[in-house]
Amino acid sequence: MIERSFRTLFYGFKSLLLHKLRAGLAMLGILIGVTAVIWLVALGEGVSYQAQQQIKELGATNIILKSVKPSTSSSAGNSFIVEFGLTRDDYDRILDGVTTIERAVKMREIKCNVRSGGREVDVQLIGCTAAYFDVNHLHLARGRFVSDNDLNEKRNVAVIAAETAEALFGYENPIGRTIEIAANSRSDVYVVVGQTESRMPSASIGSSFEGRDYNLDVYIPLSTFRNRIGDQVVTSRSGSREGELVQLSQITLTLGDVSQVEEAADIIEILLEKYHDNEDYSITVPKELLRQAEMLRQMFNVLLVVIAGISLFVGGIGIMNIMLATVTERTREIGVRRAMGANQTDIVLQFLAETIVLSGTGGMVGVLCGFLCWPATDSVLWMIQEWLPEVWSSLPPTIQELEPIIAPWSVFAAATISVGVGVVFGLYPAGRAALMDPIEALRHE
Amino acid sequence: MIGDSILGDTYSRHSTLSSQFMNLAAEIIDLHKYYYLGDVVVKALRGVSAEIPEGDFVAIMGSSGSGKSTLLNVLGALDRPTGGQYIVGGNDVSDLSDFQLSSIRNEMIGFIFQSYNLIAQNTVLENIQIPLHYRRGRPPLRSADLNRCIDLACEVGLADRLDHRPYQLSGGQQQRVAIARALVNDPAIILADEPTGNLDSTTSGEIMDILVGLNRQGRSIIMVTHEPDIARLAHRQIYMQDGLIAGEKIFDEQIAQV
Repeated sequence: MIERSFRTLFYGFKSLLLHKLRAGLAMLGILIGVTAVIWLVALGEGVSYQAQQQIKELGATNIILKSVKPSTSSSAGNSFIVEFGLTRDDYDRILDGVTTIERAVKMREIKCNVRSGGREVDVQLIGCTAAYFDVNHLHLARGRFVSDNDLNEKRNVAVIAAETAEALFGYENPIGRTIEIAANSRSDVYVVVGQTESRMPSASIGSSFEGRDYNLDVYIPLSTFRNRIGDQVVTSRSGSREGELVQLSQITLTLGDVSQVEEAADIIEILLEKYHDNEDYSITVPKELLRQAEMLRQMFNVLLVVIAGISLFVGGIGIMNIMLATVTERTREIGVRRAMGANQTDIVLQFLAETIVLSGTGGMVGVLCGFLCWPATDSVLWMIQEWLPEVWSSLPPTIQELEPIIAPWSVFAAATISVGVGVVFGLYPAGRAALMDPIEALRHE
Repeated sequence: MIGDSILGDTYSRHSTLSSQFMNLAAEIIDLHKYYYLGDVVVKALRGVSAEIPEGDFVAIMGSSGSGKSTLLNVLGALDRPTGGQYIVGGNDVSDLSDFQLSSIRNEMIGFIFQSYNLIAQNTVLENIQIPLHYRRGRPPLRSADLNRCIDLACEVGLADRLDHRPYQLSGGQQQRVAIARALVNDPAIILADEPTGNLDSTTSGEIMDILVGLNRQGRSIIMVTHEPDIARLAHRQIYMQDGLIAGEKIFDEQIAQV
């Protein structure tokens, strides 16, 4: 039985070799179908990934915890000092409790005055860790960011934002210069190690969903902040002194995937409720972004399935056309074979074997061509960049950085379905061939 | 050319002419074949009876529409009769399924067509092999089968054309391939439908020489033709008219020759 099916397939293959052009064209149909599925799905996945990535960068996977000053102070101790907000213990508990967190950034910020060489400016002083710059997509103009070593050794170093630099140093290079940061009626000297690029205040990027101006900032290591300034900050405002005791102003948590965000937020809510009597914190979940991400994902999924379906359908119709033409063209051969003793099963098997070989080979070559997607995309993008620079610069970054992602399911589905399509679309012409009256078939011109 | 061939030696189950009337290669009894075209009934065969003894050579003649093509289709097990019996090689095939008819065609009948009907893309050798592919149980080709095909090709004078394709052959050569193909499964009867209809007179003579030679070895041959010269080479002539046998003629001189 197995020997016979191999023999049938072999004869099918031999018969196809006798009609090279026709077989080649039919194979091309299924090949293009399979390749198209793999390519389009890969490009679609690539664009989808970029889009997802952009939504992620907008902060779709971020949960933001903020310290909020309660409206009625109930804290004990000095009446003008208000103690509230997130604590370092909260931070540790959350990291222990939620395992899906990929990155956590804690931060403490106050308003204060910075001086250097007789100039001074009011800035937002931020004590942060190295990851803060990444989360907020801050880019360097000069020098370096705050590093882990700075944090471990509690160094007095600072990274200053563009407008801060301009206010203190004009257009001179601030790297290596010193600045004096005054807080809690004392001041410390810091060495400037970096300057961030000027950035348009944007509506919602990274760790904060509200608009925020990053251009008047000074960043120092969080450990240095705690050491030099401390949790308690007292400011004089129009004669009266008021102070706050806050350990962390903000914690930004980044999850691995958008699907984990809601669950993580629920756990954090429970963890925080337990240790905070009054609501001196806020949890912000990017609901709108999550919804957009989900919609985008579903949109692309539908699109990809539709594209794959159409491509394979077109390929299958091509195979059926060729097989029908083959049957018509070979009517007389069918008649002869029937006269020589072939029964209906023999004829069905003969044509079925041919379609299976045809679509199987087309499918396999198609899968191989599918993997040419990477070099093809690269070279097309390269050619545009090289020869059509104006077109290139007008392309959105999503296209410029497009990296096709070949989905294993698309390869598997394309290969399986191509053979399946071959069998299904081969069966009809094969059946027609077999049911033909041998006398009519012999008389066919 | 065919005279003392291996065909005669290897396939000696065919009786010699002296005993040829003992066994019947094929027999038709009161054969009817009607075609229903809407309200009209076309009666192509209206009760035809004939016996074809083993080793006989029958020429069926008649004008077009006389029913000879229909008779040939039934004799070739390509068509089932509406009524009557057709017995070939001891099997009554008048009421068999398509599946069984296919087997009968494969085992009992060798076809030779007017237009040769070779498969254009196959070589001479592959064309001769075709009936072997459809043997009962569909056994694979063995080297013995291949040798038999080559021997048959040599018999019909195509030893040096084995890997040629039909379009590289003349009409006469193509018909020789068809004859070799008809013989490969050692059929009970050979059905030749105007075997010389597409050939010039010289080539026709060559083909008829082969058929006559086969008949002398004991092959039973039924041939449809409307050329009297060709029909005269057969042992018997049957004339068809209006779906009935109108007359029959036996050439005694032919028997005398043998």
